[in-house]
Amino acid sequence: MTAVFAVSAPVHAQNGKVVYNKWCAGCHGDAGAGDGYGSKAMLPHPRDFTKGVYKIRTTASGEIPTDDDLRHIIEVGMPGTAMPEWKSRLSAGEIGAVIEYIKSFSPSSFKDTKAKVIAIGNAPSGSGIDEGKAVFQKLECSKCHGMAGRSDGKSAPTLKDDYGNPIRPADLTENWKFRGGSSVQAIYTRLRTGLDGTPMPSFQDAIDNKLITDEQLWRVAQYVHSLSPEKAPESREVIRAARSASALPTSPDAPAWQNVERFWVPLVGQIIAKPRWFAPTVDGVWVQALHDGTKLVLRVAWDDPSKSPDPVWDEFLGRMSKTLTDVDGPLATQQGPDRLVVQWAQHPNDESKRPYFLGGDAKMPVYVWRWTSEPRLEEGTETGIAKFTALPNGRVTQAAKYVDGQWQVVFTRPLESSDTTQVPRFNAGHAIPVAFFAADGSSGEDEIRGAVSTWYMVYLDVPTPKRVFVAPIAMIALSAGLGMLLVTRAQRRVENGGSAADSSHTEER
Amino acid sequence: MKRMTLGAVALAFGLWGCGGSKGGNAGAGNSAVAQAGGSGAGAGGGAAGPTGNATVSGVIHFTGAAPANPKIDMSQESACQSKYTSPPTDPQYVVSDGKLGNVFVYVKSGLPVGATYPKPTTPAEIDQNGCLYHPRVFGVQVDQDIIIKNDDNVLHNIKALPKENRGFNISQPSAGMTSKRSFTKPEVMVPLECNVHGWMHAWVGVLPHPFFATSGPDGSFTIKNLPAGTYTIEAWHEKAGVQQQTVTVGAGETKTADFTFSAPKA
Repeated sequence: MTAVFAVSAPVHAQNGKVVYNKWCAGCHGDAGAGDGYGSKAMLPHPRDFTKGVYKIRTTASGEIPTDDDLRHIIEVGMPGTAMPEWKSRLSAGEIGAVIEYIKSFSPSSFKDTKAKVIAIGNAPSGSGIDEGKAVFQKLECSKCHGMAGRSDGKSAPTLKDDYGNPIRPADLTENWKFRGGSSVQAIYTRLRTGLDGTPMPSFQDAIDNKLITDEQLWRVAQYVHSLSPEKAPESREVIRAARSASALPTSPDAPAWQNVERFWVPLVGQIIAKPRWFAPTVDGVWVQALHDGTKLVLRVAWDDPSKSPDPVWDEFLGRMSKTLTDVDGPLATQQGPDRLVVQWAQHPNDESKRPYFLGGDAKMPVYVWRWTSEPRLEEGTETGIAKFTALPNGRVTQAAKYVDGQWQVVFTRPLESSDTTQVPRFNAGHAIPVAFFAADGSSGEDEIRGAVSTWYMVYLDVPTPKRVFVAPIAMIALSAGLGMLLVTRAQRRVENGGSAADSSHTEER
Repeated sequence: MKRMTLGAVALAFGLWGCGGSKGGNAGAGNSAVAQAGGSGAGAGGGAAGPTGNATVSGVIHFTGAAPANPKIDMSQESACQSKYTSPPTDPQYVVSDGKLGNVFVYVKSGLPVGATYPKPTTPAEIDQNGCLYHPRVFGVQVDQDIIIKNDDNVLHNIKALPKENRGFNISQPSAGMTSKRSFTKPEVMVPLECNVHGWMHAWVGVLPHPFFATSGPDGSFTIKNLPAGTYTIEAWHEKAGVQQQTVTVGAGETKTADFTFSAPKA
């Protein structure tokens, strides 16, 4: 098969051109320079094939990738980017052909050069997460990735790719977005090879210099893997606000929150209202909720590597505005604050009518909490995104904390409301539609450029009636009693029929 | 940096063993050159390149006030900051008494087309010390080893951003580490940078011959061992730009090629 491919390579590349022009050129450009019409709004930009430089490889830093490396990325896509998987659309033959064509964009890289795969062994046995953490610190990974791995390291604001585009270190707590895959082996491979074209270097030389062992690098991979949830979070429609018998936690770092279930709400770029935004910083919020029959507390936490505004991010904003030039006008020249909008349907019980998810409209407004890192909290209504009117006598309070690249905000408000036309009834036993908007001021995001979710529900648990506790106990007692009766009867039958000699028991009948 | 460059030239000179040879094609019939050339860089595998005893030297002048070098905030790297007694600056302009240092001067054209010169066996060296590169500007020959050292006990990554060559991006998380890399094609200049410390920049001129130098703090440079000929000499500065002049030099002659740079208009 390999030989056939080699002989027929030119034809192959021709077929590849057809596939490429149909499916790839829109982003990667007709001549493979990463400058297709879709590229201007994308961050990260599509790969420029003319350089022959690739992030995800099994070869050493600076080397060309193998065909299998290219095939892998085409087949599975690149999580966290606009690059989708193509395995379900393209045949193996088409993918093979397009690989040849992609390589032809950089003949000086691929011609007469054979890619040399680095031998990747198996992970050492046992888990060495603690050791991995120590080596992670020794290698100063936090310089870019941050102390908690949330891409907020000291150098993060200065990072750029080979083209000068702004680039963020991977958020190590969201491994489902790792470009080359989330497995320990994939992470280890990236540590050995680096991600060419980005600031992520290869740590091969640290092994060669005996600064660390190969096993220790595996431990780092295990540690990095452990920073994310075991599985990528699934979004569920209903966020449960459990009823709490004890005092509600109103500070973001109250220990009580550790025992409250958290719900992942994914956010995507706001690309409906202008100016549209295709490169959101925030990709989701973690939501927790509790109530005690009189108050609701909602804790929203989201990763944002910058506490905006912060002068160290000025350069980054400058890069953003240079890179994303073609999206509905220029970005702000100055950083704004970070933002979060919690949006509620005003009339949750009217299920036939739900407001437009993007801030409602004039006919059906939404009720919102507008939080900014200034800090500031406004309560009011919106009749469209950022079309805000404040309500008098706001009853929501907030407490916010910025920790290692994450905002944590707790909102508190009474369940009761005097204004039930503008404000939904936060009644226990009901589900109230809620949606979220988040913006990062340091990357040029504002009231409209940001990340949005669609509608979710917050369901307030009803007080647990006493019978809920009594009934199970009664049932247990009842079934235990019946069970005993049955067992006893059965035993007697056995004894009667099984041993005539032992007649002493039969008299009990 | 100048010492190193000249050392490389001297070494090449010594290798060929043609210190006393006269005329424009000193190296042509020299078996040492032929051997070295055969196993060496090979930019096309042409005839072994000629050397000689002509010299082009000069001074890089700088007119006007040099822009102030930007201050570097090293507060996040105490291990580096502690190496400075006064606040460190990024030495973009090394100007002293109207002379400009860190200008890369090299023979851009005039040597026989396809001539190859064996790579020096002594590697070039670049050190990371005080979160700056030393030297900042230097030249190597094609395939010549470059030893990259870390004298800072902090994480550096060394990223090469060439256009003609393959780049690399390697980490050196602690003091005492060394790495060895090289470039296979001529390219003036290959930028080096550190992403952990965005202010760190260096430039490597990669040439297929040994006729290059970097101006010292006094602005002077010397390119030795040239065969007689007419050459385009180019002078490159990271901020002030590029200049060229043509110099004709006879065997055993020393010609002066001074350049004058000024700060680019803002």
